[in-house]
Amino acid sequence: MALFEVAGGVHPKDHKELSAYRAILGVPLPAELCLPMHQHIGMAAKPLVQVGDLVSKGQLIGLCAKGCLEGGGSNTAITAPVHASTSGRITGIEMQRAPHPSGLSEIMVMLEPDGADVWGELPAPLDPKTSSFAELVARIQQSGIVGLGGAMFPTAAKLETRTRYDLHSLIINGAECEPYLTNDDRLMREQAPKIVDGISILQHILNVPEVIIAIEDRREQAAEAMRAAIGLREGMKVVLVPTRYPMGSEKHLIKALTGQEVPAGSLPSALGMIVNNVGTAHAIHKAVRYGQPLVSRIVTVSGGAINNPGNFEVLLGTKIGHLVELCGGFSQTPEQMLIGGPMMGVPFSDLEVPVTKGTTGILALTKTEVKPGIHRPCIRCGACIPACPCGLQPQDLFVLVSNEKIEPALEAGLADCILCGACAYVCPSHIPLVQFYHYGKGQALLMRQEVARAKRLKRLADERLLRAEEKARQKKAKQEARKQAIAARKKAQEAQEAQEGEGKA
Amino acid sequence: MSRAKIISAPFTHATTSVPRTMLLVMLALAPATLFSLYQYGWPAIILFFIILASSLLFEALSLLIAKKPVTPFLLDGSAVLTGWLVAMALPPWAPWWIGVLGGFIAIVLGKHIYGGLGQNIFNPAMVARIALLISFPLEMTFFMQPQPLFAEHSPSFMQAMNLIFGGGINIDALTSASTLTQIKVLQFDGQSIEGATGLVGDLQTAMLGALPGSMGEMSALLLIVGGVFLLLMRIISWHTPVAMFASMALIASVAHFFNPAYHPGVLTHLCPGGFVLGAFFIATDYVTQPVSNTGRLIFGAGVGLLTFLIRAYSIFPEGVGFAILLMNAMTPLIDHYIKPRIFGRSKSGEPLASKQPGGGVQ
Ligand code: SF4
Ligand code: SF4
Repeated sequence: MALFEVAGGVHPKDHKELSAYRAILGVPLPAELCLPMHQHIGMAAKPLVQVGDLVSKGQLIGLCAKGCLEGGGSNTAITAPVHASTSGRITGIEMQRAPHPSGLSEIMVMLEPDGADVWGELPAPLDPKTSSFAELVARIQQSGIVGLGGAMFPTAAKLETRTRYDLHSLIINGAECEPYLTNDDRLMREQAPKIVDGISILQHILNVPEVIIAIEDRREQAAEAMRAAIGLREGMKVVLVPTRYPMGSEKHLIKALTGQEVPAGSLPSALGMIVNNVGTAHAIHKAVRYGQPLVSRIVTVSGGAINNPGNFEVLLGTKIGHLVELCGGFSQTPEQMLIGGPMMGVPFSDLEVPVTKGTTGILALTKTEVKPGIHRPCIRCGACIPACPCGLQPQDLFVLVSNEKIEPALEAGLADCILCGACAYVCPSHIPLVQFYHYGKGQALLMRQEVARAKRLKRLADERLLRAEEKARQKKAKQEARKQAIAARKKAQEAQEAQEGEGKA
Repeated sequence: MSRAKIISAPFTHATTSVPRTMLLVMLALAPATLFSLYQYGWPAIILFFIILASSLLFEALSLLIAKKPVTPFLLDGSAVLTGWLVAMALPPWAPWWIGVLGGFIAIVLGKHIYGGLGQNIFNPAMVARIALLISFPLEMTFFMQPQPLFAEHSPSFMQAMNLIFGGGINIDALTSASTLTQIKVLQFDGQSIEGATGLVGDLQTAMLGALPGSMGEMSALLLIVGGVFLLLMRIISWHTPVAMFASMALIASVAHFFNPAYHPGVLTHLCPGGFVLGAFFIATDYVTQPVSNTGRLIFGAGVGLLTFLIRAYSIFPEGVGFAILLMNAMTPLIDHYIKPRIFGRSKSGEPLASKQPGGGVQ
């Protein structure tokens, strides 16, 4: 299939050789699991268990009150339930710092595994062919499935778009463009038939004639495995896309595959397309065919400071330190530890932090890999412009945001920035550009909220004014009426008096 | 500027850095510079180092006054490079105070007055050259035939010190007008320049460098070698130099075709090193040229056109410096109007039309 030109992007050294040859391994049960109640975009779940409760593997332990378990219908709230990753006892429900740059505390449920690791009672397997759209989406919702490419958007809510838009293509994102990460690559090489089954289920749910599975052209083995698994299935094909960052950004992937651009501020569904990750398809397969909720994910542990990099199927809630130990620990003190890839990952330093649904990888990078540099002034070299996949002028945005000119920055396209970091990657002045854009977007959000608040206040004030006017009007009307009544009475009296007077006369 | 812990991705970086860029530009300048220093002997060498030293000194002072960290900025190479380019734009045997003044104008007036690295509108080296040219026309057009080191007429180190610091020896015998100056004189006298072009008709001489001129005008060939190196290393983009050469070649050949008695041929315009130096090393200055490639095409074409107009119709024989400064002034305007189209938006910035009735808005 002919591909289309996507402007921008960079070619960071991908370092995938560190872990690509390592098959996915299981992880011995850790002594304790720590399950955050907020592992997805949207509303956090609330714990349904209490300290001391015994839970079975796959048991529902967290749910957002508003997240309707029935699912289906357009009222599926944006949230996802949380399940016990293994059987054991609840030992604590605590507020802890979340593995997130905000550093906000979140509710975590601590679980002490009993070692049996047996599934509890699971919902019955569904046959996609005979199940309704609502049943399948409800199953996906109840299984706690979110976008496993790292976006963590609840999958059921995404699939709901079928009810609102006319969809024709499903795009499966296997273009793992972040350096180091090999979790999708390995999953495709090892579990292609299951992924393809999950994709067929998605295709059935969405009722789309066309499925494109996009894989980076360097991941030949993964593409081969997927092709073999697809076999003669109708309307499903593997397409190799150039190895370039950020090819895995869904809007840029769509552009490369179809030549179409998702309009600014819109979702791919504006073009009749929907994008899902290979890991998500795998999770859907397990949820529909076996009734298993999402309790584990594939994680790449890599980086120059890790002794034995590898890929693991990890129970959600496993502490990162446990994985690092499994990989033989650090070969040197890491310069930087990251959750996710080096281009968009989130830094962390606490090895007690748990693996969540969005943890694609754990990296411990050396100084030579991070290449920290001195932050200097912008020399207007223009290197960031051709690097930006969104056609922005990163140096302009930087100047505007650093001068607190948020409005003009928004006009210059700050909202269109996907925070991919391609600009900062090439900047010879080592300006932490993305940090400025994060800040600018945060300020913009505050401004929007401020405007909304002001509007609300104004509306309230207006309403009060209206009410007061109404009251005054009514009061006046009443007075008027009373006056008229008095006048009328007076008149009547006068008339009577006159009559009486006449009578007397 | 800080080495504060980065708190936001990306946590990896391309091999680019400001010092690396500056270093590569200096490397590219080195062959032409060494050749010039050899050709003009001790006075040129002494002057070269006077300019570098004064540039560094003024940089350090400016940083101190601006309360910026001195060492990292000083080591980023930008001041050395600026000084180097000033040296290339001055006559090789100019007196010491011209050199120091050049360093001062470039670093302080050309750069730090605007707020330092990255903030200036005009190329500092060209600001220095033009300011000196206007203020001291005599000293600034004092060119001589090259006197290679150790050649018969080449001054010894001591003589050179004398020459640069005291102007003590009589070197009138060695002075000579540059080719473009000779042409200018003839143009003013209303004479045909066709006889004069014989002086520069020898393309080989112009390319290899044995013609009188500024330090950097010595050898077009070595400058081109340096320029190609910068293109290959992706330090500069081809847009500015190519647009400059193309517009100059086009205009000059048309003019020459219609009036060969007044307009010299294309090679006379392109080959003296000034134009080449400007195209690869001055006009391509990141800070003062447009940031986009399209903008750079316009910018380069403008420099070519203006250089031609100045050389042909003004009182100045050489026009690259003026032309670059004039286009520098246009850069903010070009940058304002030449912007890439944002992904998912039309040229005018509106979101592209949705294919769905509902719009698919997030
Ligand atoms: S982070 Fe934003 S501005 Fe920078 S390259 Fe990515 S989209 Fe462009
Ligand atoms: S890459 Fe960095 S120095 Fe160059 S223009 Fe962009 S922000 Fe400025």
